Order: sequence, then structure tokens, then C-alpha cells
Amino acid sequence: MSNYPMPSSDQLLDIYRRAITIKLNDERIIREMKSGRLVTPYYSARGQEIIPASVMQSVTDDDYLCTIYRGTHDMVAKNFPLDVMWAELAGRVTGSCKGKGGTMHLTHPETGSMVTTGIVGSSMPIATGLGWAAKLNGRGQVSIASFGDGACNIGAFHESLNFAGVFDLPVIFLCQNNLYAEHTSMAKSTRVDRYSKRAAGYGIEGVTVNGNDPEEMFGAAKWAIDRARAGEGPTLIEAMTFRFNGHLLGDPGEYIPKEEYAENLAKDPVPALRKRLLDKSVADEVALGAMEAEILARINAAVKAAYAAEYPDVTELKRDVYAAELA
Amino acid sequence: MATTEKMNMIQAINRALHDAMEADATVLALGEEVADPEGGGIVGVTKGLSDRFGNTRVLSTPISEQAIIGAAIGAAIGGYRPVAELMLMNFSTVAMDMLVNHAAKLRFMSGGQTNVPMVVRTATGSGLGTGGQHCDFLEAWFAHTAGMKVVIPSNPSDAYGLMRSAIEDDDPVIFVENIPIYFTPTETTFEKVPLGKAKVVREGTDLTIVSYALMVHHALAVAATLEAEGKSVEVIDLRTIAPWDREAVLASVAKTGRLMVVHEAVKEHGVGAEIASVVNEELFGKLKAPVKRLGASFCPVPFSKPLETAFVPNPATIAEAARAILA
Repeated sequence: MSNYPMPSSDQLLDIYRRAITIKLNDERIIREMKSGRLVTPYYSARGQEIIPASVMQSVTDDDYLCTIYRGTHDMVAKNFPLDVMWAELAGRVTGSCKGKGGTMHLTHPETGSMVTTGIVGSSMPIATGLGWAAKLNGRGQVSIASFGDGACNIGAFHESLNFAGVFDLPVIFLCQNNLYAEHTSMAKSTRVDRYSKRAAGYGIEGVTVNGNDPEEMFGAAKWAIDRARAGEGPTLIEAMTFRFNGHLLGDPGEYIPKEEYAENLAKDPVPALRKRLLDKSVADEVALGAMEAEILARINAAVKAAYAAEYPDVTELKRDVYAAELA
Repeated sequence: MATTEKMNMIQAINRALHDAMEADATVLALGEEVADPEGGGIVGVTKGLSDRFGNTRVLSTPISEQAIIGAAIGAAIGGYRPVAELMLMNFSTVAMDMLVNHAAKLRFMSGGQTNVPMVVRTATGSGLGTGGQHCDFLEAWFAHTAGMKVVIPSNPSDAYGLMRSAIEDDDPVIFVENIPIYFTPTETTFEKVPLGKAKVVREGTDLTIVSYALMVHHALAVAATLEAEGKSVEVIDLRTIAPWDREAVLASVAKTGRLMVVHEAVKEHGVGAEIASVVNEELFGKLKAPVKRLGASFCPVPFSKPLETAFVPNPATIAEAARAILA
């Protein structure tokens, strides 16, 4: 761990900027859903913000991301524009996918969000292929597959880690381990205490880090991404975290012991990072307040514009099925 | 391009792959044993590709069908045109999530931002004693999936031409190679054949037989037999199963007033049912006889030779059904 690179003060501040954007955006999605204005299945990643906020410090829009239904945090961290995200959540034609993908299939190739899948584990085989494309085109890109701990027990995990290892592909397998696969705890899902141990079975690097610690998360991700860019192959990063809002919004989370939940909530990583920035004098209250106000204003504008936009015309049913429009 | 050469379907597809990879540096090939050190494919369809184009564009992969198709999808989204091999069509079952949930749907779900220009080559066909899990015709599954195209050539010239077009197509194409007709050399042309266009391979006036793969050859034999009995049979080689050439079939049946669809897949819920329904919808008052479908028995492919022989339509059963319609 101690050999990992450390984020600069500017990077630490930027991790907070991305994390608080994710948190405020998530809270607004839930508020809009509860109001009845927004109707969508939603898998909140509240509590997991620090992971993508830290990882995305070391990538650009040109690098690839394949994520999953619990993935808005990954995409917000990777610069997915909030206006087209909100329009997509609302099913409007101005959405990134013209309202045809929705919450579970958000896509924005311009910022590298290539695929969002609703199938557990399926981000991995496709991210592996994007890694092959990256290796072929020689631009030095990396491909990130984001997935949860539940996906470690589906066949796609095994095939993808082995395949990426065999061909030394620049793929980061980013497991966000929130300890619950839907409603089933990790302890009931596997005999290993760390999923990263499985990397050894594929002859690739594997590490477990505290995903809620921005310095540790930044360091491990930068180390793995630098290795991938240098042609040294894939890495499995198991980022330990916790999710606060159940599997699907509305899930009361009764399978999580109350003490475990309370203990994690008390360590909410986003306010913790805010406090750290203030304590270390990286930023003062005025600066952070201004940053947060600016983010809220952007979210407000995105929500308003989304609701004001049109729904897609029914002729869209015939478009984008194939390259040529259906008769 | 006017030149012809005597070769079998294996050699014709091999030629198409060589020509496509030569013409376009983004064309790739992957699959189990497709590179030359592993034999260039089990029957040599991919022979010479890795020697000529290198082992980054041509991958012999682990036995990992999900990862093979995932890698092809990712590479396709990343700007390449991969030709993936699923050694046998039954092996597509272990990659169905990648094929159906992802390859077929990503264009639509992303609102046209991404697309998957990949070809999946796969071989099948009964008659070789391979039993219940090595020779099914599963084309109806893929034809039933919006976003997917399905091609099944019956001869080397079409195999060459359809493969070139499939690789250039901007949507995913399942390219089915019928094993029993792999090995017969014929005078082969090297012209691209458009997808979605059937071919009238024998003209007639009394009955239309629509077919593909080996069954086209049976239908032609039956047409010759019936000619001796004073009946004129038109034979259509469908070539592309999805999207199928409705115009060509409807024009032919409008002329003959009688239709029989013959395929090796089981009849129930099959391609023949779709074609029969459309013909009934469009030509109801003009039909001189009910539409007839012939397909394999509704059971797994059997092993024992007499059972396997009786399982699929053959020239005798096709002729018998044709005589009944024409009576």
C-alpha cells in the first residue's frame, strides 16, 4: 500500500468535487422519484462515491468504462454530462440514448461510458473486448469494467479475467464490494474472505483496498492504470465499500444487521472527505460551499430541462434496431 | 472479379476472410483454435490468417464462449470489425447473454450512439452422428431477436459473397455454416452478395419451395424429379434468414399459388411458421393450397443412424409432400 502514488491536494479536492456531485445527484434522483415526477427503477450507489471519484482521476474521456445498473456514480465521475443523463432518466428524447435506454443502459461514448448493462457480470466480457481494441489501436487507453461483489460469482468474471490475462489486455476489473449481492451477504456467497485472492488463479495482479479512502483508492487505481497503459496487463481491484440505500430503491434492507448499517452510516465517506479537506486546509468552508452551490445549480438546471423536453416519438421504435430504419 | 475457381465452402469462406482482412485493417478474427499454430480452425476456415495478419488481429482463445463474444462486442464498439467463431452452433447457448442482451440491443438501447459490427461464424448440421448437442439449427432464436441478422449460405459462391457483406454490415450477423455441405467443390465466384436478398435458384410455375442450406440441394433434386412427372417447381434459396426477402417469396408464391417451406430446424415455432404466416396474411385469397412446412422432428437430434436419417426432411419426404400439395 505504501508504494502507491498519492493524490495531490488538487486531486483530493477534485475527488471531493466528483463525489459530492454523485451524492447530490443521487439524492435528487431519489427526491424526484418520491415526488412521483420521475418513474424508473433505481439502484442507488449512495455510500460508494469515493471509488469512482478517485479512480477517474487517472483516466480521460478517451478511456473506456463499462458499468452496471448501479452505475450512475461511475458515469458522473467520468464526466457524463448531467443534462443528457437527467433527460435519459426521465425518458425524454433529449436523453443521451434518446430515452430508449434508461437508467440501466446509460451510454455516452464521448466521455467513454460505452456500455451500461442490467445483467450482473456482463460489463466484464465487453470491457475485455474494449481492452483488446485499445491494445490494437495503440493509443494507450485503458478499459474499466465496474461491477459488484455479486458478479464475482458469475461465469463472466472467470472467463473475462482469464481472457484479459492471457492476452495482457489493459483492463481494470473494478469490483465495488459493498458486501451484499442483492440481499445475500458475501459471507454466504463465497469461501474466500477477499475476492482479490482470485486474481492469483488467473496469474494477474489483484488487490483489496478501502474504497472509501480516497488516498488508498486513488493510489491503487493509478498504479493499476499505469501498469495497464504500460502493457503490463489487467488488474483486479477489490474496493471495499458499503451501500446505504438497499439493492433497489424501496428495498428496506432488513437483511443487513442494524449495527452494521449504523456503523457504516456513521463513516459516510463523502462528509468524511469534506471534513478532511477542511482539517488539512485544502479548501475552506466558503470555497466548498460555492462548489456545492454550483453543482446543485447544474443539477437543478438538468432536472428542469429534462422535464421540459419532449418524449421520443413512437417512430423511434423503428430506429436504431438496425443501421437502416425498419419499414 | 469475373474469374472463378473450383473450391469448397471452407475454402470460399477462408478466401472471404483473407480478402476482408486485406481490404480493411479493422477486420479481426477470434475463436477457439482459429490461429495457425492451433490449426487455423477445426476444418481450416481460418487457415493462414494469423500467419498473414499477425497474432494481435487473430486470436486463438481459451474455451470461453462468453468472453469470445464479449471481446468481439467490445472490439466492435471500439471501432473494429471482429469475426468471432463459435465452433458449433450449440455452443452459442453459453454465450446467449452476450449475443441477445448485448450484441443485438446495444444500438437501440444507446439510441444509436454505439453499434456492434461483428460477425459470429458458427457451424452446424446433422448427418454426422454427433447427437443431441452438436448439430442443432437454432436460427429461429436469433431471427426472433430484434437487432440481429442471420445468414445461412448453401454454396461456396454465396458463402464468399455473404461473408464479405456480413463483415461490412454495421449490425451483428450470425453466419451459419452447414457442415455436410462444407466439402463439395463447385465453380466459385468472388462477388459480394447483399444481405436480405433471396435467390431464385430454379424457376417454376406450380409450386414454390423456400429453403436454405443443405435443404436447397434436396429441393432442387425434388424439382428435377417432379419435372419428370410434369410439375414445375420454383426453388428459392433464402440465404438471409433475418431480415428475410419477403418481396422475393411473395412474388414467387403470387405466381405459383403454392408454398412449401423446408428447413432442417424443427418445424415448431420455426422460420417456416413466420414465412407461412406472412404469405397467409398477404396472399390468402390467391393460394391454391394450404402452405406446407417441413422441418426436423420435434425431438433432440438422435444418434442412431436410422433415427438421424428419419429426423430431417430428405428428397423422398419433400417430394411426397410436394405431390400432396400439387394433387
